[in-house]
Amino acid sequence: MARIAGIDLPKNKRGEIGLTYIFGIGRNTARYILDKAGISYDKKVLQWNDDEQTAIRNIINNEFKVEGMLRSEVQMSIKRLLDIACYRGLRHRKGLPVRGQRTRTNSRTRKGKRKTVAGKKKAPKK
Amino acid sequence: MGRSIKKGPYVDIKLEKKIVAINDGKNKKSVLKTWSRRSTITPDFVGHTFAVHNGNKFIPVYITEFMVGHKLGEFAPTRNFRGHSGTKKETK
Repeated sequence: MARIAGIDLPKNKRGEIGLTYIFGIGRNTARYILDKAGISYDKKVLQWNDDEQTAIRNIINNEFKVEGMLRSEVQMSIKRLLDIACYRGLRHRKGLPVRGQRTRTNSRTRKGKRKTVAGKKKAPKK
Repeated sequence: MGRSIKKGPYVDIKLEKKIVAINDGKNKKSVLKTWSRRSTITPDFVGHTFAVHNGNKFIPVYITEFMVGHKLGEFAPTRNFRGHSGTKKETK
């Protein structure tokens, strides 16, 4: 069982994919780590021996910010924007898209489920 | 895309001059009225209050060190959304 950065990696996935289960590591970073540790991308997570696991752990510890640390950093950055009350902060506060996307339609990821406004007139027919 | 570092942060020349004058001790105004929303906030600005135009009136903005690197306009919203016509006011 490979346990890295406080996360259990899925046993039966290829190392390249398995590593992406850690928050802060995507495909690119996973490949970089495996390259550096000298492990094939195709090797399944459960086939890693102890040395390889240690190597991976060391690389992650030394070079990357992952999981809790990264999450708190993101939170801090958002909090900074909220505190100084700049435009981006206001958008975060209202739960609207921050980077200038349209809000007339779409942007449901930020706005959440549609809330139908009662009493709002429908567009007149004819 | 971000601005090239080579050029340095953009500040309207007139505004920059005024700030330098205030920092040199020729302090006459505590609030500096400005239309220059496009100017980047530099460390020189910290501690001053700007009245930033939002197209309608001037919004007082007190500059703290966390604001450095943002633009003045980011702190003076130009739109004022009061809610849709049919929406009942939610209890606050």
